[in-house]
Amino acid sequence: MGRYVIRRLLQMVPVFLGTTFLIFAMVHVLGDPVAAMFGDRTPDPATAAAIRHDLGLDLPLWQQYLNYLGDIVQGDFGKAFNGQPVTELMGTAFPVTLKLTLVAIVFEAVIGVALGMISGLRPGGFADNGALAFTLLIISVPTFVTGYLLQYLLGVKWGVINVSVSSETGIGELLIPGLVVAGVSLAYVTRLTRTSVAENMRTDYLRTAVAKGLPRRRVVGVHLMRNSLIPVVTFVGADIGSLMAGAIITERIFNIHGVGFQLYNGVLRQNVQTVVGFVTVLVLVFLLANLLVDLLYAVLDPRIRYA
Amino acid sequence: MPDVLQKNPENTAAAPAAAAPEKARSLWGDAVATLLRSPVFLISGLLILLLLTVAFWPGLFTSMSPYDCDLAHSRQGSAPGHPFGFDVQGCDVYARTLYGAKASVEVGVFVTAGVFLLGGLLGMLAGFFGGWWDSLLSRITDIFFGIPIVLGGLVILSVIKANTVWPVIGFMIAFGWPPIARVARGSVITVKQQDFVQAAKALGAGNGRIMLRHIVPNAVAPVIVVSTIALGTYISLEATLSFLGVGLQPPTVSWGQDISTAAAQYRNAPHMLLWPAGALSLTVLSFIMLGEAVRGALDPKQR
Repeated sequence: MGRYVIRRLLQMVPVFLGTTFLIFAMVHVLGDPVAAMFGDRTPDPATAAAIRHDLGLDLPLWQQYLNYLGDIVQGDFGKAFNGQPVTELMGTAFPVTLKLTLVAIVFEAVIGVALGMISGLRPGGFADNGALAFTLLIISVPTFVTGYLLQYLLGVKWGVINVSVSSETGIGELLIPGLVVAGVSLAYVTRLTRTSVAENMRTDYLRTAVAKGLPRRRVVGVHLMRNSLIPVVTFVGADIGSLMAGAIITERIFNIHGVGFQLYNGVLRQNVQTVVGFVTVLVLVFLLANLLVDLLYAVLDPRIRYA
Repeated sequence: MPDVLQKNPENTAAAPAAAAPEKARSLWGDAVATLLRSPVFLISGLLILLLLTVAFWPGLFTSMSPYDCDLAHSRQGSAPGHPFGFDVQGCDVYARTLYGAKASVEVGVFVTAGVFLLGGLLGMLAGFFGGWWDSLLSRITDIFFGIPIVLGGLVILSVIKANTVWPVIGFMIAFGWPPIARVARGSVITVKQQDFVQAAKALGAGNGRIMLRHIVPNAVAPVIVVSTIALGTYISLEATLSFLGVGLQPPTVSWGQDISTAAAQYRNAPHMLLWPAGALSLTVLSFIMLGEAVRGALDPKQR
């Protein structure tokens, strides 16, 4: 187990380097951060050159990247244009998005698995067809349309929720935004669970469990669930990263000041340090979540053992 | 077989006639027959035909121009001759919704074609040759999976601003091929191990011939299925990027942009938001339904 974890951690290194370099290069090659600092005005060439030298921007790209890596290893993600350290921005933004993501994952797992189980236990039944149509609809309507629609109906028309989330961002306020973030993934979880349950319904071990007279609750709850949820766990785990990034749209609609909000503003203002820093952390979260999922495999499926 | 025929003498005439084409059918012929019997395929096919007609000849459905705007009508509801009302600039929402179809269809079709070719080719090379080429490609796919596509679009497209659909299409191909390459790789690996490929190799066929004549026809079905379903999501992604302000730029008329401008004011005039959003959702829905129908027809396990 220990050796497996170490091997996986080592495999993560090239992917981490590649992804961060890609985003680093994209942000640097495509826009001049010094010009962005001056907004619409043209900076004095000498001043611009001095700032560039101070920030190390006159070095070749690979050298800048190495310096950046050296800095972040020491926990220094640089400063945004207004002089605020990026880590400070992260400290306010990540807890908010983390809360939003957790709400989304709970929705995704609970509703998705429940719907999938109901439709998978009776394939072709009324509930199954209903769930199929429902998921198709959810997948087809883009997130920003669902977001505005729910905001309009619940917030403006019926006044059930606040139209925009307050700065405290309590869990209660995040329920509807969380549902919007979860939307498409929820539909995929439903379909995945359904396929997996319907497949496992035909297995020998399930027939044995029924034949030896186990109560239905135990057959479904233990024998069927444990085996059917393996692909679902993979999906949900791999989804954590994309949920956090997908929050860009939802956070914009509901005015939530999380990671998506900072990234969107960072890109618009070419705030290089913010963008690169936030993406670096997002990539780390994505990679670690995938590792956790693989380790969870061994818990769910006794056939899998990591030496 | 003759047994059965003897037991049902009245079927003797009909059965061979019905059985003959059944036997001769290939996977593709079979798939077409299944599709033509599937209501999901027929409905989504009709919707897509309608969409294509609107996209190529919007003038057939309206005599108004999407650029013919009058600020005096700003945000007004439906009026005679203007069934969907007016948007913020006083443009006709009905005309703009019709003209917006073109950009979505163009992006969807070109991105799917590009991703299919690029992802299919790279995936096939990785699956066929294996070794370091495969490891390299797998790592590159991992890297692209690590960057969320909306975020990549926000960064790259915020700098490249053009009045055509091509930067958006180019970006989406560049970031969209890895999932397709994964499917193609897996499919090629399965086919590669089959006897007829070994036979072709034993007969001295070169790599190019094996790939083109033996592997591609047998491995392409899953790639087609994934690409068809992805077409709908590409249209949705384009609208999302346009909504964020980095996708298509005016004067190109697109649903994403119209939704974005409408969203700022939808509390007073929800109709500006609902029509383009409805058209977009219906389009994505029909392409995803088409993809599901194609999957049902091409994947024998689903039947």
